[in-house]
Amino acid sequence: MKCNKLVDAGRRQFLRGGMAATAGAVAATVMTPEQAKAQALARVDYPANRLANIADLVVNEPMDISYPDVDSPGVLLKLGEAVEGGVGPDGDIVAYSVLCPHQGWLMSYSAEDKTLNCPGHHSRFDCETGGQQIWGHATNNLAQFLLSVDDQGDISANGIDELIYGRLSNVLA
Amino acid sequence: MAYKRQIDRLPIIPSDADEFNVTCHYCIVGCGYKAYTWPMNKQGGTAPNQNKFGVDLSEQQFQDSEAWYAPSMYNVVRQSGKDVHLVVKPDANCVVNSGLGSIRGARMAENRPSKVTGTQQQRLSDPMVWRNGVWQPTSWDDALDLVARVTAQVVQQSSEDDIVVSMFDHGGSAGGYENTWGTGKLYFESMKIKNCRIHNRPAYNSEVHSSRDMGVDELNYAYEDYTLTDTIFMVGANSMETQTNLYLNHMVPGLQGGAKMIVVDPRRTLTISSSEQYAGQENVLHLAIAEGTDMVLFNALLTHIVDQGWINADFIAASTFQGDEAVAQDSAYPAGLGSLDYAMQTCRTTLDEAAKICGVSAADIQKAAEWIAQPHDDGSRRKCVTCYEKGIIWGNDNYRTIGALVNIALATGNVGREGGGVCRLGGHQEGYFRPSEAHVGRPSEYVDQFLIRGLGGVHHIWACDHYKTTLNASEFKRVHKRRSDLVKDAIDGAAGGTREQVVDAIVSAINAGGLFVVDVDIIHSQIGQNAHVILPACEANEMNLTSMNGERRLRLSEKYMDPFGNSLPDALIAAKIAQHMERVLREMGEDAYADQFQGYDWETEEDAFMDGYGAAHTAVTYEHLRAAGNNGVQEPVVGYENGQLVGTMRLYTDGVFTRHGREDGKALFCAAGWRGWQAPGKAREQAAHRFWINNVRANIFWQNQFLDQDNDFVQDRYPHPFVEMHPDDMVDLGLNPGDLLEIINDNGVTQGMAYPMPTLKRNTVAMVFGSPAGSQGNVVNPGVNELVLPDYKHCWGDIRKISDATAQTRGISFKSHEIML
Repeated sequence: MKCNKLVDAGRRQFLRGGMAATAGAVAATVMTPEQAKAQALARVDYPANRLANIADLVVNEPMDISYPDVDSPGVLLKLGEAVEGGVGPDGDIVAYSVLCPHQGWLMSYSAEDKTLNCPGHHSRFDCETGGQQIWGHATNNLAQFLLSVDDQGDISANGIDELIYGRLSNVLA
Repeated sequence: MAYKRQIDRLPIIPSDADEFNVTCHYCIVGCGYKAYTWPMNKQGGTAPNQNKFGVDLSEQQFQDSEAWYAPSMYNVVRQSGKDVHLVVKPDANCVVNSGLGSIRGARMAENRPSKVTGTQQQRLSDPMVWRNGVWQPTSWDDALDLVARVTAQVVQQSSEDDIVVSMFDHGGSAGGYENTWGTGKLYFESMKIKNCRIHNRPAYNSEVHSSRDMGVDELNYAYEDYTLTDTIFMVGANSMETQTNLYLNHMVPGLQGGAKMIVVDPRRTLTISSSEQYAGQENVLHLAIAEGTDMVLFNALLTHIVDQGWINADFIAASTFQGDEAVAQDSAYPAGLGSLDYAMQTCRTTLDEAAKICGVSAADIQKAAEWIAQPHDDGSRRKCVTCYEKGIIWGNDNYRTIGALVNIALATGNVGREGGGVCRLGGHQEGYFRPSEAHVGRPSEYVDQFLIRGLGGVHHIWACDHYKTTLNASEFKRVHKRRSDLVKDAIDGAAGGTREQVVDAIVSAINAGGLFVVDVDIIHSQIGQNAHVILPACEANEMNLTSMNGERRLRLSEKYMDPFGNSLPDALIAAKIAQHMERVLREMGEDAYADQFQGYDWETEEDAFMDGYGAAHTAVTYEHLRAAGNNGVQEPVVGYENGQLVGTMRLYTDGVFTRHGREDGKALFCAAGWRGWQAPGKAREQAAHRFWINNVRANIFWQNQFLDQDNDFVQDRYPHPFVEMHPDDMVDLGLNPGDLLEIINDNGVTQGMAYPMPTLKRNTVAMVFGSPAGSQGNVVNPGVNELVLPDYKHCWGDIRKISDATAQTRGISFKSHEIML
C-alpha cells in the first residue's frame, strides 16, 4: 500500500498518542486546551485559529494541520478547482478532519482523485463534495473545518460541521 | 454538498445509566450493540467517575475507542411513558463484531421514532381503516372487528384457500421467534392457510431446497471458520458491502493470516478490491463468469477435484450415501440425488468446456480447484469455507446450482470441520418457529400468479412490500391495485352504513373480483396504499425479540423503549386477530371453528415466545438469554449447565447429516445437469435487449432502506436508486453522472440515476434492489424454478434518458468506491 507521506507522518505521531511534536509550524497559532474550553452555551465556542497562508499551499498537496487543538489532526487543501464551501480567491481551499468517523483511524490523502481514505476498513471521503462519504462504514460525512481568509491571505479555521471522532464535544472541556 | 448534522457535542452517558443488550436487527450478522438510557434531566460528566466508560472524556480518545459515539448513535425516545436519552453503540465484547459498527447498525438510535427529535415520523402509531375516502386512525377493536368479520365471512362462504397471506419468516426486524410463532400459530394452526408467501419471493418455500435435501443445513459453520481456513470460496455474494462486519471481523483476519480468496461474480465487487488490499492481489482470484453459468463452473471444479484424487475419501465413505440413486428427479425434486459416483455421471464437465461456457480461462478454473482442494505439501488436506448468497439463490436454476456447489464441499469433506462449512451468508437474521407448514405442499402455490389470476379474496400482509420486493412487479401492482380499488369503492359506496352493511359491501366486491387488504407494518408501505385496514407493528427493542444470526447465534435483543404510539408486537397483533376471529365466529354460530382460535391469552411477547419456541426448547428462557448477553448461544441449544446455556459451535462434527430427515444420516450428492437458462423467457429476453440488468445491494441501506427513505444522511447520498453503468455505455447513451434514466423491457419499466462504475463489464448495469423509489422487480419476468424460486438476477432491458441531473444528484460524489491507499 502506498500512503501519502505528509499525512502518514501525522499518522505515526497520532498513534503514539500526541500530535504536539509534528504540529510544529501551527502549534504557535493553536489555542491551548485551557483557552479553548467549552463555555456554558448552546453550542461550543470555537476558537479562530490561523492555519497557514495561501502562499504556503501548493495545489493538490495536503498540508497537515490541527484544529481546534493539537489533538485533532486535519488536512488543509488547495484543490485547484472551485468547490462548494471552498474559500480563497479561487474558491478551492478546504480543510477536513483526518480522523475517520468510523473508528478514528488516520486517513491518507489520495492526490489522484482528491479523496481521504481510511486504511482500517476502507471508508472513503470526497474532498470535493464537502467530505461526503463515497463508500464506507461511518454514519456521518467527514467533519469539515469552516475557513476564512483575510486580506493578507492568512487562512483561519472558525468552526466544524460534524462531531470529530474521539470527542463528545468538538472543543474539549 | 454533503449533508452535515451540525452537531458539535453530545450528552455524556452517566455512570449509572441503564444498560441493555441489543442485537442489530437489520442484517443476518447480528452485531452486538449496547443501549444506554438515562433521564432527560441528568447528564454524565467528563471526569472518569462521572461517565459510563470510566475515562477522562476531556481528552481526545484514540482509534477504536469504546468511549465515543457518533451523533447517529444518539436520540431521545419514550421509555415507560417518559422521554429518556438513548445511546446505542457497538459492543466491544461481542464476538460477532468486536466493537465494529456498520453504517446501518450504528444508525439504529437515529432511526428510532422520536417525537422530540423528529426522527422516523413515518412510523405508524395507530390502526387505520379506509373510511370516507381516507385512512382514518381508529382503535384496535374497531379495526380488528372489521378484519375478523370480513375474513370470517369469506372463509365461511368458500374456504381458507381464499385467504392469502404474505408474511415474513425471518428473524431480526419484523421477525424473530416471537413473531413467526404468533403469525404461524394463527395461519398454520388455527387456520391451515396454504396460499401464503414470504417477503421476498412469491411462494412459501425454502431458498436452498437442494442443500437441505442433500442433508446439509445452510447455516452449518461458525464465523471463526473464516479465520481458521486456508481458502474462502465466495459465490454470488459481496460481504464487504453487505455482511460488513462478518467480512471485517472474521474474513479479513483470515486473509491477513494467509488464507486465499476465490470470488465468483460477474462483476468486480468491493469484496474483491478490499480483499486484494488485505491479502495481496496474488492471493485473490476473481472468476468473472458470464451471468448464470455458475453451475457449469462448479461441475468443472468438482470434476477436476475428483480426477486429481483430491476428494476426501474417508469422509465420503463414512458420511455420504453409498448406493446409486437415493432420490429420483420428479416434480418436487428438480434433480436426482445420490452417491458421488451417481452425481458425477451427470456433473462431469471438463475445464475447457466450462471455460467456454463461463467465459473464464481453464487455467483460472484449475487454479480455483487447487486453492479449494489440492493438499498441502505435507499431504494434509486443505480447509475451505464456502459461502454463497443471492447471486445463485436468485440466480439461474437455483436447485441444481446450489446442489452443485454443496457437492464440492461434500466431496472435499469441508462440512462439520474447523475452517470448513458450506453456508449461505443470509440477509435477515433467522427466527423461524411455526407449526408444520406441510399443508402448503411442494411445490407451493405461486401466490403472485394466484392473485393475478383473480383468485383469493382477502390478503393479509405482514411486513412485506411486494411493490418493492417481488418479481413481475409491474403486473402484480397493476392487478393488486385494481382489485383492492374495487373494495375501496365498495366501502366508499357504503359510507354511513352499519358495520354489517359495510362488511356486506366488501364481501360483494370480493365476489366481484375485489381484494380486501389488511397490511401490518411499521410504516405506511407502498403496498399499504392498497390496504383497507392498516395495523401498526413495532420493531426489536420496542419489544423483546429473539433471533439467531448466520452462525446460529441466538440472542435476546432487549426492549429499551416503548412501541411508537399504539403500535404492538406482531405476535400480539396476531393474538388479537385470533381473539376477534373467535368472538366473531361465535356470533356467527360457528363454535367449532371458533374453538380453533383459542390459546392466545398472551400479555407480552415473552408469553408468545414461551408458547412456541420456549415450549419446544425448555432450557431457553428470557432469563437465560439475558444472562447470555450479546454473545448468546449457538443453536441448537443442547442444555443448561452451570448457569449457562450450552450450544453447538458447528453442525455435523459427527459426520451425521440430518437436514433431509433420512434415517441413515448420509449426505447426498446432487446430479446437477446443466440445461442453460432454466426459467422461461430468459433466453429470449437476453437476445432482445442490450443491457443485463443485474440487481445489487449497497452497504449504506442494505436491509433497512424502508427506514432510510426517511433518513437525511442516506437520502443525501443516494437521492435516487443508483444504476451503475460502464462510463463508455453512458457516453453511448448520452448520459452524464446523476442523469435520470428508465430501464425498459416487456415486463415493465423502472427508473433510477446513472452512476458511472468503470469496473463493470460493458452492456451490464448494476441496479440497487428493492428501492422504494424505483423497483428493480418491475422489469424482472415471472420466471421461477420448479419450486417457485424466482430468478431475479437475470433480466435484460434497454435504457433511455429521462432527465439531466437534478440539483440533488449533481451535488453527490461519483468517484470510485474502491479504496485508494
